[in-house]
Amino acid sequence: MSATLRIAGVGAWAPGAPDWQHLRKILRGESAPADDAPARPAGAVLPAAERRRAPDGVRLAADIAEQAAAMAGIDPATVPCVFASTHGEVAITDYVCETLARAPLELSPTKFHNSVLNAPAGYWTIATGCTAASSAVTAHHRSFAAGLLEAAVFACAEGTPVLFASSDVASTGPLAQMTRTSLAFGVALLLAPDGRKGAAIDLALADAVDEPFADSGLALPGVAGDNPANAHALALLQRLAAGTTSRLRLPLSTGLSLDMEITP
Amino acid sequence: MPPRIEPLAIVAMSATSALGHGLAAHLDALRDGRGGLTPNDFSSAHLECRIGRVAGVEAITLPTALGHWDCRNNRLAWLGLQQDGLPDAVAASVARYGATRVALVLGTSTTSIGSTEDAYRRLDHGRFPSDLQRPEIHTPHSLTAFVADATGIAGPALTISTACSSSAKVFASAERLMRLGLADAALVGGVDTLCDSVLFGFHSLELVSPNGCRPFDTRRDGISIGEAAGFALLERATAAPRAPRLLGHGESSDAHHMSTPHPEGRGALSALDDALARAGIGAETVDYINLHGTATPKNDEVEAKLLPRFPARTRASSTKGFTGHTLGAAGALEAVIALLAIEHGIVPPNLGCSEPMPEASPWLALQPAERRIDIALSNSFGFGGNNACLVFGRGDTA
Repeated sequence: MSATLRIAGVGAWAPGAPDWQHLRKILRGESAPADDAPARPAGAVLPAAERRRAPDGVRLAADIAEQAAAMAGIDPATVPCVFASTHGEVAITDYVCETLARAPLELSPTKFHNSVLNAPAGYWTIATGCTAASSAVTAHHRSFAAGLLEAAVFACAEGTPVLFASSDVASTGPLAQMTRTSLAFGVALLLAPDGRKGAAIDLALADAVDEPFADSGLALPGVAGDNPANAHALALLQRLAAGTTSRLRLPLSTGLSLDMEITP
Repeated sequence: MPPRIEPLAIVAMSATSALGHGLAAHLDALRDGRGGLTPNDFSSAHLECRIGRVAGVEAITLPTALGHWDCRNNRLAWLGLQQDGLPDAVAASVARYGATRVALVLGTSTTSIGSTEDAYRRLDHGRFPSDLQRPEIHTPHSLTAFVADATGIAGPALTISTACSSSAKVFASAERLMRLGLADAALVGGVDTLCDSVLFGFHSLELVSPNGCRPFDTRRDGISIGEAAGFALLERATAAPRAPRLLGHGESSDAHHMSTPHPEGRGALSALDDALARAGIGAETVDYINLHGTATPKNDEVEAKLLPRFPARTRASSTKGFTGHTLGAAGALEAVIALLAIEHGIVPPNLGCSEPMPEASPWLALQPAERRIDIALSNSFGFGGNNACLVFGRGDTA
């Protein structure tokens, strides 16, 4: 295909930059991470009872999704959504594995149901009353491009706006040795198949490329720590923040890359 | 309602579960009404329940070049990939269209978390033991990355992990990729393996039957957990006109609760309506429904509310009494069972039920039967209110 979509809304969350407006200024060199920014995503869209139960990965995904839908001025209740994450709710996985090794019969039922990769999609659809299709996808260090393609294909094939979110939280416990993820970071895009609002993004499949970001990780100005799974998401945000026509080619699979042209 | 889609051909498929390795073993067991559940001998601590364990997974040795992917889930995936002529069929698609024109979309809920659990049981001064210091198996994408490596498929590759609907949704994602011309073929499927997380996790939710699951029985008391690998190779219908077909798919969200379905089955019904609309058929044409039928009190109560949409001649069964609930693999495994029903003219019985719920009873197939099946549905409903429904049909017979 060669498909053109509009990025009608953007959401973002990083330590010191709890929304896209703030992160955009940081990426443009106009601002620094805020010292007084909240340490945890707020999860404000979640009803109070759900918010109490929701782990950080759910709150993060909900925050960025809400920002993207609000910026696009679209009610998320009818918008299909695709939530990508490379490692899922790692703090819960750490808890589950630690508990299973020690006292398996003590496993918490709430933590168990929060451990599924589709917890963000579940909480989000409950919070927003969204009855459209929702999905949870992953592709290791190619999760951002593979998830973006899945969302874009849905939007083009079904002729509907689609909400796409890619996020990972910081790892805890022994599992952190395997994920190298020490800071939370997430990006959401409201992709619209028509309309005039937002940057145009033209997507096409292309030959495989070397994986330029796999080892360099996510370099966020003024913020220590890494989130290699979302380095590719940051690369797209940097281009959106710059506000100029640009290209980006991200590794998609063993034989393909996702080639993007972004026009403000 | 969505418009009708072009059907896709199922050019090859395979199933591996507690019923055995490959389609023939499944067909025999379904015809004989012989289930595969056995007393739990898997969990690291005692848990009174029955499980659907695949025989021989422990004995699998991956080829040396794939050795770094070794874990129970990838061994089961490998076992499933060797059945029913899949290696030749996948190689033929890759040769015909090119490796990057074949997509790979797989569903799983737990992937290789059994290996992460193992690492935590064997921590060495807080660090993973050296044999498990392999980041690629401690990620939910482990399965798909392994299968890409094992098959040489190089097109778009994605893991869908929406709990128990995961490997039903893969058919929908693959169909959209092919509809837009991004792939000419797609290997779809699902693999999930037994592990402590699901055995003790569902136990903590009080959803595991101590006795063995009894779908749609008035005395049902929970699920039996199983493991399975199911695969299907999709091409355009013009490439294989006689092959059975994927006719439609529907997906929806309940927007109700993380671990209980919407009481009126709102999301399930909307997935069903979308699937029938994409297939361009009405509910009156459906011959067989492979129900989600987990045997929890709530799931079966809600799913039974869908049945009055169908005429009395429609036969319906949950096959989880045979295989257990294979979670992220259930969508693919049960899609293959629905396709077997079409191809061989069998109605798989709803094993484990002897006192059927009155509201489901008119449709439930309690005994194996021979009968022509032209249209078969498969339902999959997951945690988080995530629903998928698939419609399959017979290929050209002329």
